[in-house]
Amino acid sequence: MTGMIGTLAQAAGVHGNIGALSAGLAAIGAGIGIGQIGGKAVEAIARQPEAISKIQTNMIIAAALVEGVALFAVVVAAFLSN
Amino acid sequence: MTSGTILNSKLFRIFFICAFFLTAGLFPKVTFAAENGPDTSKTKFDAKAMILEHISDSHSWPVAFPFVKEKFLPLPVILYTEKGLEVFSSDKIQEEGSVYAGKLHSYKLETNHVKVVDASGKVDEEASKKVWDISITRNVISLFLSIVILLIVFFKVSSSYRIREGKAPKGLQSFLEPLILFVRDDIAIPNMGHKYGRFMPLLLTIFFFILINNLMGMIPFFPGGYNLTGNIAVTATLSAVILLVVNLNGNKHYWKHIFVPNPWWLFFIMIPVEVVGIISKPVALTIRLFANITAGHILILSLISLIFILNTIWVSPVSVVFVVFMDAIELLVAFLQAYIFTLLSALFIGMAIEEHH
Repeated sequence: MTGMIGTLAQAAGVHGNIGALSAGLAAIGAGIGIGQIGGKAVEAIARQPEAISKIQTNMIIAAALVEGVALFAVVVAAFLSN
Repeated sequence: MTSGTILNSKLFRIFFICAFFLTAGLFPKVTFAAENGPDTSKTKFDAKAMILEHISDSHSWPVAFPFVKEKFLPLPVILYTEKGLEVFSSDKIQEEGSVYAGKLHSYKLETNHVKVVDASGKVDEEASKKVWDISITRNVISLFLSIVILLIVFFKVSSSYRIREGKAPKGLQSFLEPLILFVRDDIAIPNMGHKYGRFMPLLLTIFFFILINNLMGMIPFFPGGYNLTGNIAVTATLSAVILLVVNLNGNKHYWKHIFVPNPWWLFFIMIPVEVVGIISKPVALTIRLFANITAGHILILSLISLIFILNTIWVSPVSVVFVVFMDAIELLVAFLQAYIFTLLSALFIGMAIEEHH
């Protein structure tokens, strides 16, 4: 996989760090995850406005967990880019 | 409008805060001079080196206030060599390239590590490997500081519970009581059931230790400004405690779940997976806390170094606004990470002590 990206990057005349690329890919994943959480939370609040406080706490916890996964990837990326 | 109403208006306060930060931005060389050596004006600003220096451990404590040149408080260097202990102050080796002749070896500071130097002034890698560095570094001293703060606060609060028994909480006590009740009612009881009492001291200690270190890390000047929960050794130690507590308190259902899979012939795949699961839970805790706090620090430092990379003060309003915004988010993250670490610890302990039904 890494080799393929490397060849593609060479073919396109792009040079830089593979670590930066993987950090960017991780950000895409976390973005999708947090977007889903936020969207569903707003839907849930629209259905049941009285449950807003419970939904909000759970939303923030889930978002932090997703963010944690993205940051795992950033740590790995930092190791890669050395 | 009289001067009193001007001083009290909200708009004036916002202008005042902005003006303060903008004028602070006018003297970048004063506040940042010490970080890049004496001739900052000539050498190019190296954002990566500056950020790494800020988030990593060091042998001296930088004391920085606005408009004052940064000073370095020396800290004791303690080395355990094969011939005995060696103790000296870090200001003997703080200056770039200076060599300190100790009782047993000569020492020099190279990229924040104490190295042994031979007679000709070269670094002796072989001898350096044998020296154990157990110095009181910036992280160690900040750990002591956090412990002292926690002890003062909690002894005060517990004594006021004893004195004002049966009365409404007051002062610091009324600030901490909701947090303690939050840990008990929202973290411990839902995850551990009626056996929560034994683990409350552990959970409260972990929660408040992480919280105070996250918050102290967000104070940019002297007593704060360290990066203790953003140090992987600290978070790894915290999760090692959780690993021990979970496995030493695991009942027979917990171990049966790991070593006797439900259709028994699945053992060759399930046992390795479950054993990896024991290790991977604390590792995930370690990396989550470390990465969240370090990422926050790196983000704020990069936004500030944007001014010096683009080399104009006109970026500073943008930078300051973004930094204030990120700081607000980091305040949330500081609470959230303390909560999540405690919540997941409680969850893992609860899974290990759960009775079968």
